[in-house]
Amino acid sequence: MSPVTESRLRAGLLWSLVRAGFAEQAHYRLAVAAGLFTNVVFGFIRAAVLFAALDASTTAFAGYDRATLGGYVWISQALLGAVTLMVPVSPVEERIKNGDIAVDYLRPVPLVAAFALPAVGRAAYSLLPRGVPAVVVGLLTTGWFLPATPGPYLLGALSVAVAVVASYLGVHCIGLLGFWVVDTRGIKAFYGILGTFLAGLFVPVDLFPEWLRTLAAFTPFPTFLQYPVDVLSGRVLGAAAWQHLGVQLAWGLGLLALALLLERLGRRHLEVQGG
Amino acid sequence: MADLTAYRAVLASRVRAQTTYRLSFGLDLLGALLVGLVELAETWVVFSQVDVLGGLDFGGVLLVFGLSNICFSIADLLVGHVDRLPRYIREGTIDVFYLRPQPVLAQLVTSEISLRRLTRIGVGVAALVAGLLANEIPEPLRAAAVIGLALVFGTLIFCALFVSAAGCQFWLVNGAEFTNAFTYGGSYAASQPTSVFGTGLKITFGFVVPAAFVGYLPTLVVLGQPGPALLPAWLAWFLPVAALWSCLLAGLLWRAGVRHYQGAGG
Repeated sequence: MSPVTESRLRAGLLWSLVRAGFAEQAHYRLAVAAGLFTNVVFGFIRAAVLFAALDASTTAFAGYDRATLGGYVWISQALLGAVTLMVPVSPVEERIKNGDIAVDYLRPVPLVAAFALPAVGRAAYSLLPRGVPAVVVGLLTTGWFLPATPGPYLLGALSVAVAVVASYLGVHCIGLLGFWVVDTRGIKAFYGILGTFLAGLFVPVDLFPEWLRTLAAFTPFPTFLQYPVDVLSGRVLGAAAWQHLGVQLAWGLGLLALALLLERLGRRHLEVQGG
Repeated sequence: MADLTAYRAVLASRVRAQTTYRLSFGLDLLGALLVGLVELAETWVVFSQVDVLGGLDFGGVLLVFGLSNICFSIADLLVGHVDRLPRYIREGTIDVFYLRPQPVLAQLVTSEISLRRLTRIGVGVAALVAGLLANEIPEPLRAAAVIGLALVFGTLIFCALFVSAAGCQFWLVNGAEFTNAFTYGGSYAASQPTSVFGTGLKITFGFVVPAAFVGYLPTLVVLGQPGPALLPAWLAWFLPVAALWSCLLAGLLWRAGVRHYQGAGG
């Protein structure tokens, strides 16, 4: 086989993994509708609390006005289905626990690709029926908050894509710890609780007091939600937006390297009972 | 009473099961503590930007947070595990519950007791005590009465919400997240001053899902505040009525759900 056909076959294989994730999510229509409903209800509550806080604020409120705050609330709710944050569980963990991971190691794609690409497909599906309506509800109830120039949308799309992959890689690494830890429930609980908070799900990271913001910056979590929201809503523009994207990419690549390392170490550590 | 012995035996076994693995139990307790602390931190971050939110200062919001968190966590400890119902339905194991000569709900509720929530109750108690110390309380007796009422009937309201949500699962199954809007959304709404909500949310979380009765309305009575439009402070004394409404709704939804289920055969 020529190298060209082989690489084309390979690309087709990887693409089919993304499509499989997309198709998987598309089967659970009711689940998507339920997720959307819950996102919208939480959006209403958070918008009410944060708008009241903005009106009563004695500070600069980190530069937020009604439009950027509305954008923060509704775009973050819209992305919640796509980024892996609320339920920090990777399917890789179950495969490690029951030994099926041995089969996954034999596949013609790296472990990380076999799990991350379907996650990307699932996220892509949830962005349309779950993300778009949440933003529309936000626009109808809190007024216009979307940027008027095309720049934020283009950079925002990139930023969301990186956040989707990086946030999955984060939980993938947690799942891979299953090679060494019998029960990762405790670790997942800590990851989920601290992760959602430091990602800026409940209050924007920029409203944190100085020390807490610094602490958040030492974790990848703000790049999973706060950063794509900032870029997509046009709250950060131009060079600042590119800088956001750069930081996101750096964390994403770091997590990818970690995932590959854990994958190799795990392979050496793995003992499968034959039969 | 052979029935109760059976329930007691199951519950005792669940308690033993959770406390046997000390490290794991400790981590669970720590995790629940962290949930409470992070939720408190959210409120605290908002109050680093404002002095007063919806007519309450931080001390007042601590009361709302404390009451709602204690009630929600106790309800979660006692009946929160009924949200496993969708899994039982999918796997078909719910059929076993139907075959036993005890009510399905009673079995489901007593099938587990989530002791790890204890630390989160602790966070709520600490917030409530801090709130009581931070505020001047005009009429301590009235305050004590309304707090007692809130703790009992607020817990009942959240228990009823969990059961209502479970009742809907007989139809939803894969749409389990739908009811999170009312259980976890209700808990979230209950920990905020309801006065910041618009009319729609006030009616939803004031009367349909009576979350405002758990924390906000009793806090108004404790502080001697009159309350906003639609939610005057004296409504707090109707906590038993709000709880009764929630229980009625839970009863109807649960009964309808149990009857709707047909089993998958096999």
